[in-house]
Amino acid sequence: MTVAAKPLRVLIGKVGLDGHDRGVKLVARALRDAGVEVIYTGLHQTPEQIVNTAIQEDVNAIGLSVLSGAHNHLFPRVLELLKEQGAEDIVIFGGGIIPDDDIPRLKAAGVRALFRPGTATDEVVKFVKGLRP
Amino acid sequence: MTQERKPRFTSLSGLDIARVYSADDLKAWDPKSDLGRPGEFPYTRGVYPTMYRSRLWTMRQFAGFGTAEDTNRRFKYLLQHGQTGLSVAFDLPTLMGLDSDDPRARGEVGYCGVAVSSLEDMEHLFDGIPLDQVTTSMTINGPAAVIFAMYLAVAERRGIPFERLGGTLQNDILKEYIAQKEWLFPPEPHLRLIVDTISHGAKHVPKWHPVSISGYHIREAGSTAVQELAFTLYDGLTYVEAVVKAGLNVDAFAPQLSFFFNVHNDFFEEIAKFRAARRLWAREMERRHHPKDPRSLQLRCHAQTAGCSLTAQQPMNNVVRTTLQALAAVLGGTQSLHTNSMDETLALPTEEAVKLALRTQQIIAHESEVTNTVDPLGGSSYVESLTNRLEEGAREYFRKLDAMGGMVRAIEHGYPQREILDASQRYQREVERKERIIVGVNEYVEPDEQRIPILKIGPEVEKAQVDRLASLRARRDSFKMAGTLEELQEAAAGDDNLMPYLLDAVKAEATLGEICAALKEVFGTYKEPVVL
Repeated sequence: MTVAAKPLRVLIGKVGLDGHDRGVKLVARALRDAGVEVIYTGLHQTPEQIVNTAIQEDVNAIGLSVLSGAHNHLFPRVLELLKEQGAEDIVIFGGGIIPDDDIPRLKAAGVRALFRPGTATDEVVKFVKGLRP
Repeated sequence: MTQERKPRFTSLSGLDIARVYSADDLKAWDPKSDLGRPGEFPYTRGVYPTMYRSRLWTMRQFAGFGTAEDTNRRFKYLLQHGQTGLSVAFDLPTLMGLDSDDPRARGEVGYCGVAVSSLEDMEHLFDGIPLDQVTTSMTINGPAAVIFAMYLAVAERRGIPFERLGGTLQNDILKEYIAQKEWLFPPEPHLRLIVDTISHGAKHVPKWHPVSISGYHIREAGSTAVQELAFTLYDGLTYVEAVVKAGLNVDAFAPQLSFFFNVHNDFFEEIAKFRAARRLWAREMERRHHPKDPRSLQLRCHAQTAGCSLTAQQPMNNVVRTTLQALAAVLGGTQSLHTNSMDETLALPTEEAVKLALRTQQIIAHESEVTNTVDPLGGSSYVESLTNRLEEGAREYFRKLDAMGGMVRAIEHGYPQREILDASQRYQREVERKERIIVGVNEYVEPDEQRIPILKIGPEVEKAQVDRLASLRARRDSFKMAGTLEELQEAAAGDDNLMPYLLDAVKAEATLGEICAALKEVFGTYKEPVVL
């Protein structure tokens, strides 16, 4: 007997104090329209809140939006908390105002993909759909 | 008949545009009542009779990063290169009413702007800057009243009378709920703080603009030009109504209200937006409040080129985008202008990039000769027709908002938020389907792009701020400070104007975070309706 594949679940969130939510909402809508189960956190989430929600909601991935320049603190902090909770299997990706020079360091820390301004939403959808093992 | 490039031509906001415009498109338009003369009702052509022939617009570059000392140096650099007014960008912890040493501020101190947690920071920020000669605009909303109190306290310590202070406090909370999303309290107490700052300003700081009603962030969040116009002016009318209800005569404060608009890519639509804004404001203020002072009818504004129009790809192209947008703002008759730097999709601007942005304004002002005459596009069939359509479109939103019971109710229902999100999704789809071409993004793409230098902020900023706050907390008279917070809370629970209490608290060296936390205990916090 074959078991129907569980739909992909992704938490889309704003972490930190940044209020720019235009991009993150477009990504959330695009993923939802592509059949992904999207949990949108709303604004001003701490890394702790993001990780707790992700674990409670049993998501496959977390997509974070940071346009405030605080990415070098916030992404590694979320990764660290996931590790502490034994939830390293959750994939982290993100987007925002992230200079090229910061990308290698964030990827080395464990961020799977980072999307720059100007990215087509299709590209993000393709990435998320590709997460299915 | 020659085939046209596409079946439908639309403005950036989605208005259908005809092949050609003529007098036939202006049949209901009356040049006497709809256009008028510059400096006269309904001010379509400008708020002053001579406009830039008398005085150019204020060149005001928004700046702030790192510590107060870092930003102070940038201010002096800009003034030295011919900038004529200051504009402060605060960091996110400050915008959210949090001190630099708050756990929620970790990793964010000094990044999006300058960190200001105390009166001491404010003093460093304006060190050596003559507050009675330079006007200062401060982009702060949730904790605006506290920052205003700090600015006044700095002036007082330097012996500068409040009557000589000029500048602007953004202090527009409705657009925070709608678009920028940095609030502290629920709408009602925030509105009360706005009424308090307006009343206090009218009495004690008469040259100050206590609120800058802002469409900028609404547009950046993805709205159309019509939505920007409609929601911004409706927010303005909401503030006027609240202050009048609090007992002030409209002419006692309305002349000091100012506006802040975005200037996006659609050149003529943007010019028309400024013209429609002036006419609509004059007509609505006249109809609703019958002011005696004509200045109460005049919409004066600041403008900023559209950050959201800039691209991370081929960033030098952003100089060209910004130039066209800046020209539209000038042809639209703005009183003050910020031009974005080419590197702002990557980081905060470098000195070189911000100087080029300032030079862009100087070239328009001094070399293009567009300043020779007032409203040079007035009477153009296309521009007048667009002006009419923008005004009509905004009025349609006014009717809907009225029917919903006003802006606060509409926000609680997520109405403007959803309108903006839908518009931004439409635009994104058009770009992804290449119905709109963005050079370097979906066409003319280059695989290997030239990199440009960018500004980096280090973690030492946070450390310096945390240390400075620790020494402040050890040094100050804590008993006296706590007393001022108690008095503030009592006043907040009653009806008194809170400005004198805030002045006492900042002078007793209560920090921004402590004051905002004390107010939150009385006012509560706000949870937004999540719109997706």
